[in-house]
Amino acid sequence: MASSKLLSQPRWHRFLPRNLSRVRLFSDLPSQRHVSEPQNNGVDPKSNNNTRKASSTPSSLKEPELAKFSAIADTWWDYEGPFKPLHKMNPTRLAFIRSTLVRHFRKDPLSARPFEGLRIIDVGCGGGILSEPLARMGATVTGIDAVEKNIKIARLHANLDPITSNIEYCCTTAEKLVEEQRKFDAVIALEVIEHVANPAEFCKSLSALTAHEGATVVSTINRSLRSYATAIVAAEYLLHWLPKGTHQWSSFLTPEELTMILKRASIDVKEMAGFVFNPITGRWSLSDDISVNFIAFGTKETNEEQG
Amino acid sequence: MNRILATKAGSNVYRLRIPWRPFSNDAASVISSPDAGNPEKGSEAQQYDIAIVGGGMVGLALACSLASKPLTKHLNVAIVDSNPALGRKHFIKKDDLPDPRVSTITPATISFLKDIGAWRFVEQHRHAYFDKMQVWDYTGLSYAKYNAREADKEVLGCVVENKVLLSSLLSHVRDADLLKKIYPSRLTSMSILPNSSSSEVGSTLSMTALFTHGRLAKLELEDGNSLYSKLVVGADGGKSRVRELAGIRTTGWNYSQNAIICTVEHDVENHCAWQRFLPSGPLALLPIGDKFSNIVWTMTPEESSHFKSMTEDDFLKAVNHALDYGYGPHPTSSILGSSDLFSWFKGGISSSANDCFEVPPKVVKLASERMAFPLSLRHANDYASKRVALVGDAAHTVHPLAGQGVNLGFGDASSLSSVISEGIAVGTDIGEVSLLKKYEADRKPANVMMMAVLDGFQKAYSVDFGPLNIVRAAAFHGAHHISPLKKSIISYASGELRLPLFA
Repeated sequence: MASSKLLSQPRWHRFLPRNLSRVRLFSDLPSQRHVSEPQNNGVDPKSNNNTRKASSTPSSLKEPELAKFSAIADTWWDYEGPFKPLHKMNPTRLAFIRSTLVRHFRKDPLSARPFEGLRIIDVGCGGGILSEPLARMGATVTGIDAVEKNIKIARLHANLDPITSNIEYCCTTAEKLVEEQRKFDAVIALEVIEHVANPAEFCKSLSALTAHEGATVVSTINRSLRSYATAIVAAEYLLHWLPKGTHQWSSFLTPEELTMILKRASIDVKEMAGFVFNPITGRWSLSDDISVNFIAFGTKETNEEQG
Repeated sequence: MNRILATKAGSNVYRLRIPWRPFSNDAASVISSPDAGNPEKGSEAQQYDIAIVGGGMVGLALACSLASKPLTKHLNVAIVDSNPALGRKHFIKKDDLPDPRVSTITPATISFLKDIGAWRFVEQHRHAYFDKMQVWDYTGLSYAKYNAREADKEVLGCVVENKVLLSSLLSHVRDADLLKKIYPSRLTSMSILPNSSSSEVGSTLSMTALFTHGRLAKLELEDGNSLYSKLVVGADGGKSRVRELAGIRTTGWNYSQNAIICTVEHDVENHCAWQRFLPSGPLALLPIGDKFSNIVWTMTPEESSHFKSMTEDDFLKAVNHALDYGYGPHPTSSILGSSDLFSWFKGGISSSANDCFEVPPKVVKLASERMAFPLSLRHANDYASKRVALVGDAAHTVHPLAGQGVNLGFGDASSLSSVISEGIAVGTDIGEVSLLKKYEADRKPANVMMMAVLDGFQKAYSVDFGPLNIVRAAAFHGAHHISPLKKSIISYASGELRLPLFA
């Protein structure tokens, strides 16, 4: 997967402090539901559908890439198909999203539809694997993706349940929606940022889509030795969970970098958690281990102006 | 050896699930009045979140458990069971004689029933806690006596009639906020189609269309009603129709044994559970309360028809004989070496009067008819398939010799409702196989382990062979005297440990 991407990006991560003492780790929080597992296997299973949320370079969407994604788009909702790792990881991601958003918006944690009244956008929604559960949890969901076929698949599948048939799916990019001045209470971009040409610009778009006092959730893969071993070598070459070349290790972001670029986009990262995979039980769980897959929750700063 | 030692614990015969109609003393007709909430024949099909097929103890426990959890209490539940008693208000009279169908509830199940709020109804009717248990066999070589206090507990279990449990669960379900409807009919057919995409965009599909695309299961009932549901739970017993219609295969075999059950009366109160292993099977005497006890006698089919047809007096004599000197002598501690040999294991617990062998109280009267039915072991290969989950006897039937059967079923109900609750918390479609497989992964290992243990026991006792008898007796002896072992055994049988201690 060639990407004329971020090689031109400045390596400002070298100048950042290494610790993230400001950021609260998931385990510090009172309502802890998941236990960290010893083993982990970092995967970015959604990557093979995903599109660059191109920022100012729309030409980064290449025809062969789109064709490749379109070819497997029909298998989105096959739980045993190529997207199986993503389906397995999904409940864990949702657990984090539920926990952080319920706390932020002060909703009832014991409600079956805690997101009632919230407008949420799923950036890079693919076949709607994240959008549909969010809709079942009561949210008004908009799902966007740059691959037309994904949107079609997502719409057809969502129609099969009256609750999810209200999801608004658009084949567009975050930047275009910013131009339309759309605002959402929560902006969620999972496993997308490692595919965009300009992560900093992308984060600015996410921030622009976030409403006043809203929330932003971003997940990606850490750029560490461990993630090279697991997400690239193991997942692509040994276990064949992902096609070879799905990821470029150099395009992964460390938690510090992500926090920094979100900060520059007026998003203050409040919580972070990692996903670990237990190969014995075959289950993913949330933990403090952010060395491979991690997810960050941030809120929109309204008072400060970032340069 | 491990299995034999480990199973000494629950060796009481308890739970008997017979597929039939309990507690209908009067022949009442099916009620379909509006306030009973039952749909009329041939009315329009409705959609539910969960259809529980089988309104027995485990099915209703699942409904109560769903009603007690904040994330699931808003669900729309249908209960399909042709038992007319489910439509009636009260069907237990206080001065009824005890029904011979009883179950022994382990402390773990008692706390589950307390959590879902059904236990307080049970306590208003006849029930019997017991804190002592004595197990011995016909060889007279040894015995084991368990006291709840040795494991720092109050009780070892509680014996409750099935009809009391059922009516308690039913009353609680009725009072609960859960949206429910009882369909007083039998399931005739169920269809679940494979997932397919709709080619219509931008329209909301009807129930029939949702069913065509595999999002709903369609159930058809004997009285002509049909209903749609996202998830179908098979709680309909050992000969589960849901399991059959879902195409889930089973493994198992028949034991060449029948069990005779009946209620008997004593002159004195009985607070101990007794079980004696006889050559053809165990005989168990369980306290029910008010000087009544329940008898479960496992024997060969020929013997069972003989015992069932003999006169009452002869039967009572046979029971007393079997519990006393019949088939072999009383065990004494001195046969396998004195208890001094094991005294260093005892860890400070001195043998008190409670530790001595006692003969069970004499049976003076037969208080119910004798019933006999065959025993078998059966286990479903899968507990879950698309839009279907099996709980209770539909998933597994076991030998009654340790009274674990319905307790496993209650464990299933508890686990399934937790899994459904977790699924709803993250917006999952509750009929999705991947969610239901979590339930299977939770319950299958524990159930299979228990079944293996019980089966091992049954086989160990079906052989009368000198050296094996000595080994069994040694196992009894060890279980009686080695207190840490005894504690673990009691905990396992009480439902607290999931895997045997030695693993």
